[in-house]
Amino acid sequence: MNCATYPWMKLAHSVTIPCVSQMLSSNVATVGGGGEHDSIGKSTDSTDGGDKSKTNQTSGPDGQLNRSLSFDGRRKVWARVEAHWARVTLDRSVPSSVANSADKHDPQGAVGEQPFYQRIRSWLTSNPQTQTYQQSPVMTKIENVRMLDRYNNRKPSTGTLYLTATHLIFVDPDAKKETWVLLMHVATVQKLPLSTVGAPLQIRCKTFLSVTFVLPRERECHDLYTSLMQMSQPFHIEDLYCFHYTSSLEEIPRTAGWTFFDLETEFQRMGVPNSNWTMTNLNKDYQLCDTYPQCLFVPSSVSTIVLVGSASFRSKGRLPVLTYLHKNQAALCRCSQPLSGFSARCVEDEQLLNGIVQANPNAKFMYVVDTRPRINAMANRAAGKGYENENFYENIKFQFCGIENIHVMRSSLSKLLEACELKTPSMAAFINGVQSSGWLRHIHAILDTSLLVARSLQEGVNVLVHCSDGWDRTAQVCSLAQVLLDPYYRTLQGFQSLIEKDWLSFGHKFTDRCGYLQSDAKETSPVFTQLVDCMWQIQRAYPSAFQFSERLLLHLHDHVYSSQYGTFVGNCEKDRLDLKLSDRTYSLWGNIASHLDEFLNPLYKSDAYTGLLEPNLVPSNILFWRGLYCRFESGVHPRESIADVLLATRDHSTSLEMHIAHLQKRITAMKTLLDVSTPVTDNRLAVDDEDDEQQLGLRLKKSMQVVDDHPLSTSKSADSVFSDGPNIENSITSSFQLRREIDSVSLDWRSLRNIKECVCSTPFDHSSKKSHCWRCGEVFCTRCLDKQTPLPGHATHRPVPVCRSCYKEVRLSSSSITST
Amino acid sequence: MEFAHLIKSPRVEKVLVHRPLNKSVEGVLCITGHHLIFSAGGESPDEFWLIHRIIDLVERKPNTPPAPGGTLTLKCKDFSVISFDFQNSEELNNVSASLDCLSSIENQSLYYPFFYQPVYNVIEDGWTAFRPEIEFSKLVMQQQEDWRISYVNKDYSICSSYPSAVVVPKAVDDDVLIAAASFRVGGRFPVLSYRHEGGAVMMRSSQPPSGPNVKRCREDEKLLNSVLKPGMRGYIIDTRHQSTTPTPKSKGSGGFEIESHYPQWRRIHKPIERLQSLLESLSKLVEACLDTGSSMDKWLSRLESSQWLSYVKETMNCACLVSQCIDQETAAVLLHGGEGLDSTLAVSALAQVILSPDSRTVHGFEALIEREWIQAGYPFVQRHHRSALSNTVSRGKENAPTFLLFIDCTWQIMQQFPCSFEFNEGFLIQLARHSYWSQFGTFLGNNELDRHQMQLANKTVSLWSHLNRPEILRSFLNPLYEPNNRVIWPSVAPMSVNLWPAMYLAYVVEPKVYDDAWRDIAAICEQDKELRSKAQRLRRQLIDLERDAISKGLLDSPSSIGTVFD
Repeated sequence: MNCATYPWMKLAHSVTIPCVSQMLSSNVATVGGGGEHDSIGKSTDSTDGGDKSKTNQTSGPDGQLNRSLSFDGRRKVWARVEAHWARVTLDRSVPSSVANSADKHDPQGAVGEQPFYQRIRSWLTSNPQTQTYQQSPVMTKIENVRMLDRYNNRKPSTGTLYLTATHLIFVDPDAKKETWVLLMHVATVQKLPLSTVGAPLQIRCKTFLSVTFVLPRERECHDLYTSLMQMSQPFHIEDLYCFHYTSSLEEIPRTAGWTFFDLETEFQRMGVPNSNWTMTNLNKDYQLCDTYPQCLFVPSSVSTIVLVGSASFRSKGRLPVLTYLHKNQAALCRCSQPLSGFSARCVEDEQLLNGIVQANPNAKFMYVVDTRPRINAMANRAAGKGYENENFYENIKFQFCGIENIHVMRSSLSKLLEACELKTPSMAAFINGVQSSGWLRHIHAILDTSLLVARSLQEGVNVLVHCSDGWDRTAQVCSLAQVLLDPYYRTLQGFQSLIEKDWLSFGHKFTDRCGYLQSDAKETSPVFTQLVDCMWQIQRAYPSAFQFSERLLLHLHDHVYSSQYGTFVGNCEKDRLDLKLSDRTYSLWGNIASHLDEFLNPLYKSDAYTGLLEPNLVPSNILFWRGLYCRFESGVHPRESIADVLLATRDHSTSLEMHIAHLQKRITAMKTLLDVSTPVTDNRLAVDDEDDEQQLGLRLKKSMQVVDDHPLSTSKSADSVFSDGPNIENSITSSFQLRREIDSVSLDWRSLRNIKECVCSTPFDHSSKKSHCWRCGEVFCTRCLDKQTPLPGHATHRPVPVCRSCYKEVRLSSSSITST
Repeated sequence: MEFAHLIKSPRVEKVLVHRPLNKSVEGVLCITGHHLIFSAGGESPDEFWLIHRIIDLVERKPNTPPAPGGTLTLKCKDFSVISFDFQNSEELNNVSASLDCLSSIENQSLYYPFFYQPVYNVIEDGWTAFRPEIEFSKLVMQQQEDWRISYVNKDYSICSSYPSAVVVPKAVDDDVLIAAASFRVGGRFPVLSYRHEGGAVMMRSSQPPSGPNVKRCREDEKLLNSVLKPGMRGYIIDTRHQSTTPTPKSKGSGGFEIESHYPQWRRIHKPIERLQSLLESLSKLVEACLDTGSSMDKWLSRLESSQWLSYVKETMNCACLVSQCIDQETAAVLLHGGEGLDSTLAVSALAQVILSPDSRTVHGFEALIEREWIQAGYPFVQRHHRSALSNTVSRGKENAPTFLLFIDCTWQIMQQFPCSFEFNEGFLIQLARHSYWSQFGTFLGNNELDRHQMQLANKTVSLWSHLNRPEILRSFLNPLYEPNNRVIWPSVAPMSVNLWPAMYLAYVVEPKVYDDAWRDIAAICEQDKELRSKAQRLRRQLIDLERDAISKGLLDSPSSIGTVFD
């Protein structure tokens, strides 16, 4: 068949079917809200992104990944800009000789050259001609760049590419399309073979975005390539995004979130220390093990000598310590592999393990789970490492679990992504690709091992988990087993504690595994991605068991790789203390706490699952997570999101409940007013309403509990919300006031369907959070819905999200009421 | 009792039953004319009924002698496998033989629907709910001058698989239809199947005959051209592979429309798998699903080699193509495969799900099934006699899960547009299952002639009468439904096409959590609606009170205050 004669035939072959009616895009040339938004998380094309072309977005759901440097912050960036950044800038406007000389600077050496930098900085700040894009200084601007679309090569969008200190931004003014790539998210940059139209550059991100730009000149392509290569992976940890990022719009202090987690408190929650388990200060200055936390929990019965001895027998000194004590006194412990070689043994280590067995009054033995495949463990023996010999250790049952190492996982993921990027995606090729990547097999192995560990603990038997160094597979298995076992870890707060405890405190090497810095690429591995994937699999099997939603997992995944928040910077607790992250950077937990509503699972029932979750792990029940790996191919996702609709419905119900409570109050007051004039009373209805009101109040409190329970919650506690504030008067002054109150609550919210963009013309795609204004019921993007105010028609004074124009009106009319 | 001669052991004690996702229990097994009934004694009364027609395959495995008894395994058309342990060999043999016979009866008049008496009053009779005249008027609402109902087939002599009433262009008279019918395989001449709001139509037929001696048929050309205005273009979408249709040079004219004779029509091939290979594909899929002990790699490779998902994707792709022609090119489409019974109907029905908002409602979907499958003459009894778990020997050439393929595709679209369908996936599952075994007569008969002869409307109850009772329908409604008047374009990317767990894994993965989740979703939506109406009621009450107060002078009237702020 001839595609030229049937243009739509081509479309039918491509992956998604366009809808012509939706292709008629408005020709608005303005992009975004301009200066109004300091923090921009733009993306996508103006037409129905899902239908026409791939949507690219690099920001998180709320645009948090976006560059939002204050002026000071920006200057700080410039003070630390590496030499090549400056060169790129100079390249644009100064004679090439200067550029060349800058070229020769050793980037590392150049950092210290203050005069040079001051010159550039003063030039940048004083020169009124300095180009900016949405208030970010632009280092390179390249016009006539084409962005290729995987499925529609004939109509590439053409626009301008801006390189700023933090982002690469592509703007297609005609299609109203913006693509933002956070430089820290860039995983690989590849120069593709030159074509007649220019030099293509393919950029792949750690968030699974893949874009290809065709630059008009090869030289520009090469410059951009080198810039990206270096800026996406700084040499110095101090150059990471988190050290420059300042939250400008959000009213969260820098400290928010840092104080939230405390290891000792978390252990107290489990009832530790107790008679069997005690805290030791041996690692106070990290002498025992520098990748462990300062406070360690060990069996009360063992002596310091035993601990020190055991640490010396374990790889990297990571001795067996407690990480979780189940309510039935079964303990989950973790460590690294023993330095056993072929025959070495260590009495102290054996004593420590025995001590762990004895610490559990209910079992005479414990399981030692080596998460590695047997062959890997065997190979380690040759290097003087290895595994526990059942003959030397009393009362242990030893088992291998077959989770592959970080290198296998890394190549597995890249094969998986290849399957997602097939040129002609047939069903068979895709399933084949997924299969041969082995990714789902690895996910299955991790879940399987975690379930095994969780079941053993549920049966009351202690489990000691290790792999090689005990910071990758061990972290995965331990944390997932706890999620399966303990409902607390399925709450938002609990899950944060779990990440803090088993990943951050126990030294998962985030900096190395995520490849923040230019270093050994062999150290990177999608270990945390796998945790998130496994969490998603469990969430899917138990839709009402988790307080948080898929959105949180994606948000977390984004920010583990973005280094925008200091939370995941460093390889262990000691690193983070040394870097003084809590003073110098923001915490992701603070950010999450200020957007709590977005991450909640509307189907969560706290009392539905109190015991062990035992997901069915038949292979057919482990799925490819389209929402993560194909996240930026908006064409492949459901066009209507159940989760979004439910979240909106839940908010809508809350608004109505508060409105109803208010109406009831007003009706009672009105009746009293009328009763004074007419002696006939009709108490029946009033009594009904009172009952109702109480019920409603209870329900309201319950629905707000979630938010209020959170330690970082900014909203007032339910009780204070429910006590009448001073300016809710029970008397009615005017009927105008009544109207105002009634008008302030929208009964019908705009349907989420077919909403293509926010009023600020930010296009929505499947992953953008669409929020309703509680007053007018219209739909806005998160950035346009940044105001909160109590509504006069609500019984409580809880501030609720409203759009900017509604905010003005509420403010205006409330001030005019008070003035009259 | 009916079928007494077939049932040698009507009641067997102490049978141990193993069901998927259930604990094994011991109890009494009874065989009746239409059901197998198992009842567990003891403290937990557990009883289940199996209609014989659900059984796809009976397997008997005697214990190794001298141990008496053995195991009877029933493989069912809902993809479950149930086995019974017998202690007595004779009973095992008797039951096995009875079930073998009872589950393979081919005389439809002995089927359960003829014996089933509903315990409720039929309010809306499903047999008359979708009469062609009613559906016709919906289909061509404003275009009465272009289309008409023809009763040319009223005695089923022109086409035995067509209904007595078909919709055809007004411009052609019945003689032309008769001539065109003689040119089409099985007499299935082109008839109207759907008319889109833009005016473009979809017609379906069977293929023109193949063979060296077939000449062109001017009446057929006239019939087709009459739907096109001068200068307009139409598309003939052929669901067979181009290579399977003989080339005109080698075998004379035949098998498909020759372009020179149909200058306004373009022919496009979109191959879709049919009949045996489709059933084999489903078999492989179901077997892979039931094998819970396999490794991840093995599972994925079996999933891939079954090709079921590829077929789903291809069918959706073809339906999208048809929809594009109709919606975006406003071009007429003639759809046919070979006999115009399988892939033709699947694609035409699926295209309507994409195009027509009405077909996404409960009533509209039922009407779609009536029109495009039942009245269009899909031979349900032939196709659904055996399903995925039967052994290959017992399968006739005519067995195929095309209808299930269509239901699966509908589910895929529903996954992508979860708020655009009035019904839920449970409704689809019910339809699929009733099409294989049922107490209702709706899916009996291979065509209208059959149904007419069997007097189904008088002797059996319609499935629609059952489904449309409010208390039944309630559980099949989608709480998130919000009518969507647009064409819904599904994605056919491989990552968008998923295996349907509730259909194929219902006995592998406990579906209860999902049912619970849907119940919660329904509760959330219900509560929201209640709150909304309550708020509205209170508002009205408050405004009434306010008016009272104003009239009594207790409150300022809004106008006097309003001016201050205006």
